[in-house]
Amino acid sequence: MTKPRTPWWLWLAVTVIVIFCLFPFYWMINVSLKTGADLASSKLVPPNPSLAKYEAIFNNSNFTRALLNSAIVSITTTVLALVIGSFCAFALARLKFKGKFWLLALILSITTFPAIAIAAPIFKLWTDIGLFNAPFGLGLIPPYLTFALPLAIYILTSFFKEIPKDLEEAALVDGATHFQAFRKVVIPLAAPGLATAGILTFIFAWNEFLLAVTLTASPEARTVPAAIGFFTGATQFEVPLGTISAASVVISIPLIVMVLAFQKRIVAGLTAGAVKG
Amino acid sequence: MSERRLAAFMVSPSLLLIALVAAYPIGYAIWLSLNEYSVRVAGLSRWAGLRNYEAVLSDPEFWDAFRTTFIFSISSVALETVLGLAMALAMQAAFRGQGVLRTVVLVPWAVLTVVTAIMWRSIFETPIGFVNSVLGTETPWLGSEPEALIVMIVADVWKTAPFMALLLLAGLQTIPDEIYEAAKVDGAKAWQRFTRITLPLLVPALLVALIFRTLDALRVFDLPYVLTRGAFGTNTLSLISFQTFQQDRIIGLGTAMAVITFVVVMTVSFLYIRLVGGNLRGLAEE
Repeated sequence: MTKPRTPWWLWLAVTVIVIFCLFPFYWMINVSLKTGADLASSKLVPPNPSLAKYEAIFNNSNFTRALLNSAIVSITTTVLALVIGSFCAFALARLKFKGKFWLLALILSITTFPAIAIAAPIFKLWTDIGLFNAPFGLGLIPPYLTFALPLAIYILTSFFKEIPKDLEEAALVDGATHFQAFRKVVIPLAAPGLATAGILTFIFAWNEFLLAVTLTASPEARTVPAAIGFFTGATQFEVPLGTISAASVVISIPLIVMVLAFQKRIVAGLTAGAVKG
Repeated sequence: MSERRLAAFMVSPSLLLIALVAAYPIGYAIWLSLNEYSVRVAGLSRWAGLRNYEAVLSDPEFWDAFRTTFIFSISSVALETVLGLAMALAMQAAFRGQGVLRTVVLVPWAVLTVVTAIMWRSIFETPIGFVNSVLGTETPWLGSEPEALIVMIVADVWKTAPFMALLLLAGLQTIPDEIYEAAKVDGAKAWQRFTRITLPLLVPALLVALIFRTLDALRVFDLPYVLTRGAFGTNTLSLISFQTFQQDRIIGLGTAMAVITFVVVMTVSFLYIRLVGGNLRGLAEE
């Protein structure tokens, strides 16, 4: 089929979409580079760009500690979700047992739970057993895993099902156990699925806010979203919006890099559940 | 190890986690909501029956939050659907820029919700923002009703309309070209092709996207927390519950609000499970 020439209105629509998606983020970068009186001007380009706010946030131990906590929580959650999730997904995709439909329904129903219904009782439980405000945000990992697992299991099950059974059966004929076939044949072949599930889990954990503010109360425990929430309150701790903008730009960078690098995988993972219906 | 025992072994970590960190807390929340807890003496509590629920349901602030949550959900999901559909159609028509567009629309999706709120504050709040100087007004956008709720809806639409567009684009791409070709041969106009072919065939993808988004919107928390702390008519079910059990430490009352939120959201999600039920069976089949 020959490609017709793109009409002018389509160029216009594409331009509008690009501006709609990118301009607000550009404006925040713009604000983060302005200083003093320039902040009160609505100029599109900072007249005297300065990195002072970025220096300030990196010299702020609360912010750098929050970055460390966020990294620890997100990476741990991702690794655990992939290990536990791929176990469950393999059983769902390849092993024979009863009640698969109900198991999957139970797991996926978690995605519809409002986090607040879990946050309230876990706040009380964690306070009672001493996990509330645990250092490095470690108390966040169990609930994050619970919320991340359903999506990981769903994506991994779909991927495992698409791997041809021949290779695995050949391994079984050669005397491998089901578990060896899983570890040595299926997992390497499912690397793209693991990457997709891993990226989405990481983004979820990096982004999460409600549980983070519920279960942390000091800089030793706060993740970045919780720290930003804390510093924007109408309290004596309030930090100016310009400085918060700089922090916001910094913590968005890892995610934007991931999106640029893994665009196809992310879209495939996000749309996996929605289209087949 | 037999196949069934291996299956049990591989499934059990996930099940254990769900039982301990989802099912048990929900049950515990119901228990907490039926008791009263002393704010002064830690650990002191007494049975309250349904008193917490009576108190919540006769609290006008709770009903304000209830109403705000629904106004927010309905208006933002409606706007996101229309805008997302328009974006999806433009993306499908744009042969060349499609790869770039897909990456660009993922940016709002990837930006943290907390950052989204900061971003829209930096746009609306004077003197840093430009909205008032462009419109020539002096509105305190985040300090008045209903303007604050409008900012909240705008922020949500910005963040999620592109996501909606991606879901709908995937749905559009499952419609075979042959149907359009046949309709063209039969002389159907562009608008007829859209209303008679595209829309009906897009219904399944549209419904799933709609319900996904509605569930998310009903749980909204991050945006009102960072934009206004729930002031000026922006308090929501999740936020008022958090304020009650976490900030004010009134655990019984706060968990009662959380349980009510849970029931409201689960009622809506029941619809969702019925819609994707067939999908699940496909995945669970041999």
